[in-house]
Amino acid sequence: MASKIDEQQVKHVASLAKLQFDDDQLGKFTTQLESIIDLFETIDKVDTTDVKPMTSATDQVNAMREDIAVNSNQREALLNNAPDTEEGYIKVPAIIDESGDGE
Amino acid sequence: MNFETTIGLEVHVELKTNSKIFSPSPVQFGSEPNANTNVIDWGYPGVLPSTNKGVVEDGIKAALALHAEVEQHPHFDRKNYFYPDNPKAYQISQSDTPLAHDGWIEIEVDGEKKKMGIAEMHIEEDAGKNTHSPNGFSFVDLNRQGTPLIEIVSKPEIASPDEAYAYLEALRQRIQFTGVSDVKMEEGSMRVDVNISIRPIGSDKYGTKTELKNLNSFNYVRKGLAFEEQRQQRVLMSGGTIGQETRRYDETSGQTILMRVKEGSDDYRYFPEPDLPVLAISDDWIDQIKADMPEMPSNRRDRYVNELGLKEYDAMVLTQTKEMSDFFEAAVAQGADAKMTANYLMGDVNAYLNDNQVDLQDTKLTPANLAGMVKLIDDGTISTKMAKKVFKAITNGEEPSSYVKEHGLVQLSDPAQLQPIIDEVLANNEQSIEDFKNGKDRAVGYLVGQIMKQTHGQANPQVVNQLLMKSLQAK
Amino acid sequence: MNFYDTDLTKLHDDLVNKKISSTELTKATYENIAADDDDVKAFLTLNKDGALKQAAEVDQQGIKADQLVAGIPLGVKDNIVTKDIKTTAASKILSNFTPIYDATVIEKLKAQNFINAGKLNLDEFAMGGSTENSAFQTTHNPWDLTRVPGGSSGGSAAAVAAGEVIAALGTDTGGSIRLPASYNGVVGMKPTYGRVSRWGIIAFGSSLDQVGWLTRSVKDNAQLTSLISGHDDRDLTSSTKEVPNFASQLNDDTNVKGLRIAVPKEYLGEGVDENVKEVIQAALKHYESLGAIIDEVSLPNTKYGVAAYYIISSSEASSNLQRFDGIRYGVRAKDVENLEDVYVRSRSEGFGDEVKRRIMLGTFSLSAGFYDAYFIKASQIRTLIRQDFEKVFEDHDLVMGPAGPTVAYKIGSNITDPKAMYMNDVLTVPVNMAGLPGMSIPAGFADNMPVGLQIIGKPFDEQTMYNAAYTFEQSTDFHKQTPKLGGQN
Repeated sequence: MASKIDEQQVKHVASLAKLQFDDDQLGKFTTQLESIIDLFETIDKVDTTDVKPMTSATDQVNAMREDIAVNSNQREALLNNAPDTEEGYIKVPAIIDESGDGE
Repeated sequence: MNFETTIGLEVHVELKTNSKIFSPSPVQFGSEPNANTNVIDWGYPGVLPSTNKGVVEDGIKAALALHAEVEQHPHFDRKNYFYPDNPKAYQISQSDTPLAHDGWIEIEVDGEKKKMGIAEMHIEEDAGKNTHSPNGFSFVDLNRQGTPLIEIVSKPEIASPDEAYAYLEALRQRIQFTGVSDVKMEEGSMRVDVNISIRPIGSDKYGTKTELKNLNSFNYVRKGLAFEEQRQQRVLMSGGTIGQETRRYDETSGQTILMRVKEGSDDYRYFPEPDLPVLAISDDWIDQIKADMPEMPSNRRDRYVNELGLKEYDAMVLTQTKEMSDFFEAAVAQGADAKMTANYLMGDVNAYLNDNQVDLQDTKLTPANLAGMVKLIDDGTISTKMAKKVFKAITNGEEPSSYVKEHGLVQLSDPAQLQPIIDEVLANNEQSIEDFKNGKDRAVGYLVGQIMKQTHGQANPQVVNQLLMKSLQAK
Repeated sequence: MNFYDTDLTKLHDDLVNKKISSTELTKATYENIAADDDDVKAFLTLNKDGALKQAAEVDQQGIKADQLVAGIPLGVKDNIVTKDIKTTAASKILSNFTPIYDATVIEKLKAQNFINAGKLNLDEFAMGGSTENSAFQTTHNPWDLTRVPGGSSGGSAAAVAAGEVIAALGTDTGGSIRLPASYNGVVGMKPTYGRVSRWGIIAFGSSLDQVGWLTRSVKDNAQLTSLISGHDDRDLTSSTKEVPNFASQLNDDTNVKGLRIAVPKEYLGEGVDENVKEVIQAALKHYESLGAIIDEVSLPNTKYGVAAYYIISSSEASSNLQRFDGIRYGVRAKDVENLEDVYVRSRSEGFGDEVKRRIMLGTFSLSAGFYDAYFIKASQIRTLIRQDFEKVFEDHDLVMGPAGPTVAYKIGSNITDPKAMYMNDVLTVPVNMAGLPGMSIPAGFADNMPVGLQIIGKPFDEQTMYNAAYTFEQSTDFHKQTPKLGGQN
C-alpha cells in the first residue's frame, strides 16, 4: 500500500478537486486525512483474490429509454438560475487553459 | 539511420439520433444557444442520466461495420475533469468495457490492400461549446452537450501518412454506409485526434508520441503527419529528443507548431458510473441489428462488378459515398442502363456537384429523373447531344420526358420524314456526290452536317447515316 | 397542535369527514413550529405561504378517499429538490438555489395533494451524523436540546419527534435515516436500493443513496413508503419490482411467530454502549416471548465496513459534487478574475470542512496509483459484505441489532475528530453497502434518551420488516413516549 499522505500530496489532490487550503488549513486537513487514510488501509489485509468488485446495488440490467426527443422548454428558467449570462449563453471569465477535452 | 513511423488515430463520430445519449433533449443543430437543453444537460442537482437505446443500437451497427467484437456486458464510466462545457465536471464514457473491441477495416494504398486494426470503439457524450471572446469572457452553449458520440481508436499499425489518410477514408465510408452518422469533418460530425511517433527500424520500443491538433480535413491530417514525421526524423538525426507535446497544425505554412508540453498524464479518475445499470447485449439483439444493416460498400462494389457488369474502378467511385451509391441503385431500379447511369453519375453529375460545391442530396436531381433521361437516350428518343440540355433541366428538378416534349427535343428518326430532306440536300450538292464517288469520305460528314442543319439538329444521326449511305450508293 | 395523539389514517379520515380542514391543520402546524422550532431548529425553509395557499385549494376541491396525504403538511429534507422552493442541501454553495423541477418523490406526493410544510435541516450534502455539518444551523434533539439529533436527516427526525409534522422525508446513504430515527425515538425506514426513485435527490453516494420516511408509527411509515416507491424511467437504477401495499398486511398479530431473527455478534460487541446493548437485548427477548427464534450469527466483514464505505461514498461524492462549480447555478465567488478562480474560490468558499474532507478522500481514492488499492479494494469488500448477509439470510428472515452504538451525544463533543464520527456509522453502513432495506424503531431508553432497534431485511422484503416492527410496536409503549418540549405539549 501507498505511504501516508503528506502536505504535498494533499495539495495535489486539492488541485484535482479544485479546492484550495491556506497554510493553517493544510496542516489540519493533512493530519485528519492521514488519520482517516490509516483507517482506509485496514482493508488492505483482507484477502480479496478473485472477488468481483461491487460497484452498484441495482437489480436492473439493460435498462434503457427509447430514442424519443422531448424539448424541455426550460431554457429561460435554466438561464435565470445561472450566475451570469449574456444573449442566451452562460458567461464565465476567460478560459486560460485551452486544453478542454473532446476538442 | 532509418526510421519506422507509428500513427495512432482516435476518431470521434457524432450519431444522428433523435435525442441525446443520456437525456431526451433533441439532437439538433443551428438552434438558439441553450435551446436544446434541459436540467440533465445542465448537470442540475439531483438529475440522473438515462441511456438512449438508439445510441447503443447505432453503436453496435458501427461496431459490426468495423468487424469488431461486441462486448456482452458493457458499462459506462465517469471521466472526471473540470471545464465550462462539461457541466457535471465528468463525461459519461466507457473505459474498461468499451462497447466493442478488436475490429479491422481494409485500406488500399498504392494498389496494395491491407487490414488495419481497430483497438476499441466506445460510446460517450459530447461536451457543449465554449466561445471565447477577446474581452476576457467565454460563453457556454450546452446544445451540443450530450450529443452521442462513438470514439474509434486504431491499433498502432498505421505506418505512414498515406495509410492514415486511407484509414480515415475507409472508416468514414463504412460508418457512412451504416447510416448512423453524416461523418463530415467540415461539420464536426467527424473529428480526428492524431498522434505520431517514430523509432529506429528494428527497435522494440515505441518512440515518444506527439499529438497533433487542428486537423480539419483528411488532407490536413496527411500533410500534418508528413510534416511531423520529417520533423521528428530531423530532431533525432541531429541528436535531439522528442518531447511529449501537443502541436498545432498550421494550415497556411503546412507546419506543426508547439502548443504545450505535457507533464505526466492527465488524471481523469475513471470509475464505473453508478447511475446506469450494466448493459446486456445478447446475440439475438446483435443478430437483429445485423439483419437490418445496410449493405457495406465493399459488398456493393462486388455486386456492381459481378451483377451489373461495371468496371472495378467505376464501382469504387460510385461507392465513395452512400448518397451516390443509393442514387445509382435507385436509378438502375427504375430500369435505366447501369453502365450509362454510372457514366452520367461519374461524369456530368460529379462535374455538376463540383462546380456548384454541393452534395448530391442537396440538389434537385432525383434517381427517377436521371433514369428517365438515360432511358430516353437508350431508346433513341434523344441524342446524347440533346441530353446535355435535358441534364441541365433535371438539375432544376424537371421531369425529362415532359421537358423533351415541351422543347421539341424529340429526335427525328422516321425514314419517311427524313428521306425527302436527304433527297433535297443531295440535289443541292452535286459536287459532294461526285467527291463521294471519288472516295472522299469527308463528303459524307459534310452532307450529314447539312441534313442536321435542315432538321435543326433533331435528326437521329444513326438513321441519317443509314439512309444517306443507301441514297449515295444508289446514285 | 402537535401530531402526538394521531396518525395519518385518523387525520385523513378527519379531513375527509370535514372534522378539520386542511387550512386549520396547516395553520396549527405552523403555530406549533413557531413555538418549538426556535429550540429545535429543524426547518431551514418554511413554505408557509405556499402551504396555506395549497391547503385552501385542497379544502375547496375536497379530499378524495384514496389520497392518504391530501391536505396534510409533511416535511422534506433539504437535499430533495422542490420546484420553486429553495433547496440548499444545507450548503452555502446552494444558498441561493431554487430548483426548476420536482424530485419524483415530490411529484408523487403532489399527485396526492400533500402540503409541503418546508425544508428540513441536514448535514451539508447529507455528509455527517449530527447536523453539525449544516452550513446554516445545528438541529437540537427534542429529548435533550443539548444533544445532537443524529444525521444526516436530523432535521427530519427532530421535526417528527417534536411533533412539528407527522412525517418527514429523509435520505440514507450510510445510516442517515436510521441513526437520527434511533436518536429521536421515531420510526425510520431506508428501503431497498432501487425501491424509490433517486431522481431529484441531490446525489451523495449514488450507489448507496435511498429516500425514506421518518414517522411516529410503523403503519404511517408503511403507508408512506408504498406511496413513493416504484420504477421511474428517469432513474434507471430504480427497480421494476411490484410495490406491495405494505400497510395492508400489518394487522396480523401472529406476524412474528416462528420468525427467524439473526443477531450478528459484531453488532453487540466492542464499541457498543452497555446501556444500549441492554435495551437491544431486552427487545430481542421481547421478540422471543412473542414466538420469534433468536440466533446469534456472524457478519465477519462488518469491521471493514466503515473503511470500505468511506472510500466508496467519498469517491462517488467527489465526482457528484464536481458539478458545484459556480458556473450554471448556485453561488459563484465574488471578484473572480479568471476561470480557475471561479472554480477554486466558489468551491473553497462554498463547501464546509466535512464536505471538503470527503471530496479530498474520494479524489485521492480514485486518483492514479491509488484506485486499485482503495476504490477497487473497497468495492471487493463490498461484495464480501453482501455475501455475509446473503449467507445469513439463507436461514433467517431478519437481522437485528442496535442502529447506533450509543444514544445521541452532546452537541460539539465529536466534531473535532472526524474519524470517531465515522466509526459511529459502523452498524448502519453495511446495509447501504449491500443495498438492503434497514429500519430503526423505538426500542427503549438509555440515559433517558431513545434507543433504536435496527431491523434489516432481505432485498425488497420490507414487508417482513414492517410486520415485525408493527408487532413490536403494538406490544410495547416506547413509541407513545414524547419529549417534554415547550410548545403546546
